[in-house]
Amino acid sequence: MADFETVEVTTDLLIVGGGMAGCGAAVEAAHWGKKHGVKVTLVDKAAIDRSGAVAMGLSAINQYVGLKDGQNTVKDYVDYVRNDLMGITREDLVASIARHVDSTVHLFEKWGLPIWKDANGAYVHEGRWQLMINGESYKVVVAEAAKNALGMENIYERVFIVAPLMDGDRIAGAVGFSVRENKFYVFRAKAVLVALGGAVHVFKPRSSGEGLGRAWYPPWNSGSSLYFSLMAGAEQTCQEVRFIPVRFKDAYGPVGAWFLLFKSRATNGFGEDYMVTNKPELDKWAPYGHVKPVPANLRNWLMLLDVFKGKGPIYMRTEEAIQKIAAGAGDEKAAKRKLKELESEAWEDFLDMTISQAILWAGTNVEPEKKPSEIAAAEPYFIGSHSGASGAWVSGPEDLAPSEYFWGYECMSTTKGLFCAGDASGASSHKFSSGSCTEGRIAAKAAVRYCVENKEMPNANGEQVAALRAQILAPLDRFEQNKTKSSDPNINPAFIKPKMFMFRLQKIMDEYAGGVSTQFQTSKALLEKGLELIGYLKEDSAQLAAEDLHELMRCWENVHRMWQAEAHVRTILFRDETRWPGYYFRADKPALNPEWEAFCNCKYNPNTKEWEMIKRPILHVFKEYSDAESQIGG
Amino acid sequence: MPSYVMPEKCDGCKALDKTACQYICPNDLMVLNKEIMKAYNREPEMCWECYNCVKICPTQAIEVRGYADFVPMGANVVPMRSSDSILWTVKFRNGMIKRFKFPIRSTPEGTAKPEGGYASGSDDLKSPMLCTEPDSTGMAEVFTMKKA
Repeated sequence: MADFETVEVTTDLLIVGGGMAGCGAAVEAAHWGKKHGVKVTLVDKAAIDRSGAVAMGLSAINQYVGLKDGQNTVKDYVDYVRNDLMGITREDLVASIARHVDSTVHLFEKWGLPIWKDANGAYVHEGRWQLMINGESYKVVVAEAAKNALGMENIYERVFIVAPLMDGDRIAGAVGFSVRENKFYVFRAKAVLVALGGAVHVFKPRSSGEGLGRAWYPPWNSGSSLYFSLMAGAEQTCQEVRFIPVRFKDAYGPVGAWFLLFKSRATNGFGEDYMVTNKPELDKWAPYGHVKPVPANLRNWLMLLDVFKGKGPIYMRTEEAIQKIAAGAGDEKAAKRKLKELESEAWEDFLDMTISQAILWAGTNVEPEKKPSEIAAAEPYFIGSHSGASGAWVSGPEDLAPSEYFWGYECMSTTKGLFCAGDASGASSHKFSSGSCTEGRIAAKAAVRYCVENKEMPNANGEQVAALRAQILAPLDRFEQNKTKSSDPNINPAFIKPKMFMFRLQKIMDEYAGGVSTQFQTSKALLEKGLELIGYLKEDSAQLAAEDLHELMRCWENVHRMWQAEAHVRTILFRDETRWPGYYFRADKPALNPEWEAFCNCKYNPNTKEWEMIKRPILHVFKEYSDAESQIGG
Repeated sequence: MPSYVMPEKCDGCKALDKTACQYICPNDLMVLNKEIMKAYNREPEMCWECYNCVKICPTQAIEVRGYADFVPMGANVVPMRSSDSILWTVKFRNGMIKRFKFPIRSTPEGTAKPEGGYASGSDDLKSPMLCTEPDSTGMAEVFTMKKA
């Protein structure tokens, strides 16, 4: 077997993943941990200055409720999220994040994130909930607070966490390996907080050459949250709720500033505004087709209908929007000054968070004030923090959650001691960067309390650790043992390399589960065929081979993606309707079915290798408890 | 090859305790070839073009060449990141050049105080109040609901 040192780390609370949720968790856990003698450790597969989905930066904070200025109420945010997700939302979780998120944003500002201010010192809003920022160093600043809170001696970078350690039905830690040196890591903990992000590259991307990496969401988010929590026995929710962002075509630059701040229209190749011409279609998706703003998936759908008819390209009318704002600035001189300002804002939007889009604009000589740019629907992603909803089924807060949604510790999954935040927790969409950081804080406080109230250290036995070690390192041995069977390290009858494994998964998902090439359409028959092919892939995952530590990480990332794919396919199959037509369309069940205004949950039993599908009711927080009873801000 | 290393400028960070690009790449792509002491991007088709290697390189030895499968040739986008701002030079395919400068942070590097100077209003682990609250919310209390 590969020559690896085993490193044992014992802590109380282990935070896995150092993105926005993980860093929020670190700050909060450090505070409560110090008071209660709870040791906190964080582990990340990259360097936390630039890890996770905000690694490049962001040009906006998408969740700020504005409670202190009475701009909105907690209930307003819950209503917005529930409607956008076509009714499928845990109101208790969304409300909990909404009541704390402003606090987190105010902390960001203290830490050093520049938030745009107007002449009166008020935040500049991009839209009702969105704030404009100079966010090139957003993650650096947030990571700095996390590092200062925990101390670098409690942060492990470049350690890839593969799987949970269990003590019966209780979490006992996590195992993984260093991607820099031959070290196998065993973290033992009383509680584990999972913040390992969502998943990209489960579906075939539109660009499959060099541009493969130019996913909208970062390619290093590989479904590790799902795998970790699923294998720990945690119930999952909304695994069917993928997100398909409509973004500037190919480089996937953000459209939020254009639609919300610059009030741009999008039109088809014939100059028609599909939001106007296809409006009658919204009646089919009532009541959600009639809410304002139109839910993201339905905006997608109205655009896709034109694409299906061959009415592309679809254009963001940047030239029209900019000229209109500049013209409204007053005289010619003022208009010119305004134009300059808008140009800078438009470019910063890309340079802060999607630099590729700036390269594409420069490469195609685009000056946005002069010509429009194409937009398109990207491939599907799993991102419960954004307009998708996939993640673990977690407990709500005691004061907000109906009793069916509460089991002792907020953000704890159905597995004892396993907490989830950010993309790892489901049915609490639209938390974005600020809400994910906030949810990390909420989960961390609850997890510290769990450690205080469950003092006994769980015990993952040596047999379990040894078996995981052998399984996790096996791809290295497999390569060594078989490499002489071929003169090419990548083509060998005895094994499969992770890249081709990923392409195989992407092809299955693309063609059977409603990817780009089937225009996001699927059916029971297609999904069942897809499951059969995933079955072969699962068997072949035992034949993955790795030449080095980097490739070993790729092997396990793609195993994680494979399980994300299976959870997705099974849940689309279970939900016997089409609820989000602009995300996926069940051609055999082409309409909403009120019977399915419910959560579709799933669980996997690693011992019996059986899946369990569970339908759970949607309980409304703000109908069940009258507004008059809310103390403030309601 | 989204991010690429110019060999004449790369010195393998030999004077530093770690190879900067290798340290920062979120996707574990940048590696140092120790034989020639030059870094390279080992999996360019997995590059997000996040520019973190470009920004951190102490010798400006790394640039990004747009994805060859959809970006016409000739454009170039180059940052110069300092401790409080970033200067971008955008060169178009047709030769036009635009420059933009944006702030990146409002506090000195390293000084982020985790609790931001806010007071924490509760020591109770069971309270819904997080650390720094309610002070950091700007309100007197954190929103709660009583069950009917």
